[in-house]
Amino acid sequence: MITAERKPIEDLINSVSSYRRILLLGCNECVTVCSAGGRKEVALLSSALQMHFMKEGHPFEIKEITLERQCDPEYVEELVPYIDQADAVLSMACGCGVQEVARRFKEKMVLPAVNTKFMGASERQGVWAERCAGCGDCVLGSTGGVCPIARCSKQLLNGPCGGSGKGKCEVDSDIDCAWQLIWDRLKALGMTEKYEENIPAKDWRTGRGAGPRKIVREDLAS
Amino acid sequence: MEEFQPVIVAFCCHYCAYTAADMAGSKRLHYPANVKIIRVPCTGKVSALHMMEALRKGADGVYVAGCLEGDCHFRTGNTRATKRVAYVKKLLDEIGIGGERVEMYAMSAGMGEVFARTASEFTEKIRRLGPNPARVGRDNPGCATAACS
Ligand code: SF4
Ligand code: SF4
Repeated sequence: MITAERKPIEDLINSVSSYRRILLLGCNECVTVCSAGGRKEVALLSSALQMHFMKEGHPFEIKEITLERQCDPEYVEELVPYIDQADAVLSMACGCGVQEVARRFKEKMVLPAVNTKFMGASERQGVWAERCAGCGDCVLGSTGGVCPIARCSKQLLNGPCGGSGKGKCEVDSDIDCAWQLIWDRLKALGMTEKYEENIPAKDWRTGRGAGPRKIVREDLAS
Repeated sequence: MEEFQPVIVAFCCHYCAYTAADMAGSKRLHYPANVKIIRVPCTGKVSALHMMEALRKGADGVYVAGCLEGDCHFRTGNTRATKRVAYVKKLLDEIGIGGERVEMYAMSAGMGEVFARTASEFTEKIRRLGPNPARVGRDNPGCATAACS
């Protein structure tokens, strides 16, 4: 999933303080799962902002809507009846959702309420960790299912570096060394010979190296 | 001037704090009528939103009362609630309402005295703090918030 974290309340207060009517949007997908911008977080932020502005005596109205997906035009279209009643939109979706709303409603200010972080997985309740960097040419088949791009601090394709110690990365002892994990997994798979194979330098044009990317499925595209 | 009578909402778990409240009643222990008890199956059921909305809708203080540590009927409900109360405290500080308006307490079913004392002490604390500033804002006739209507 795409993970995100709510921006500090102070920043959010500042970003909406010059408006009177706010449309606060949530998204029912990734940001719901990572507890950053689903229906519950929308309700909580709405409650907090209302209380703050009540205290300040600042007239403030908020309408809460959580779309099924904010990165799909069909769902964003559902906002048409409400958009004119808002001075600005505050979106708790990831950056993709924020941009989709901004694209559809060109004359409306759309503000982000979360910081979009990474593509990750839940490690346990309340903890999410980075797992994939979207390099566009997946090497997991050679690395025992552990991503060296997203999980090695130096993105080494042939690790580990000299800083690996006791299974941890030299960058931070809280980070597992990705190459230790890769080695452990290859051992468990009985495929340690894979480790001896050099992974050639990556062609980063499949990643962000050649600018913004697009996927076109001719069989589906309208 | 008339003494400020705060509105206090207390989320009490069925197995401990609520039973302690019952115990306080049957022992004829006095505690302030300001405290409105909401019985919940477990304090783990109380979300940050329940506490925030209680305050937004007019409470001056909110507390969650559950079982003693390690005694939760559902094992970890009270530890979860403790974390949520801490989260709400921080949020209230950040929005300028003040985190001291929410609190977490633990007591066993037999602790009627503790229930009564907690209710009195918390009510006194909130009385000293004065009305919830968001409520003050809401009572302000200039406010056009949807919640005013
Ligand atoms: S190798 Fe590339 S596509 Fe595969 S998990 Fe890592 S970053 Fe993602
Ligand atoms: S210690 Fe491991 S994870 Fe850290 S940079 Fe070196 S190889 Fe990568």
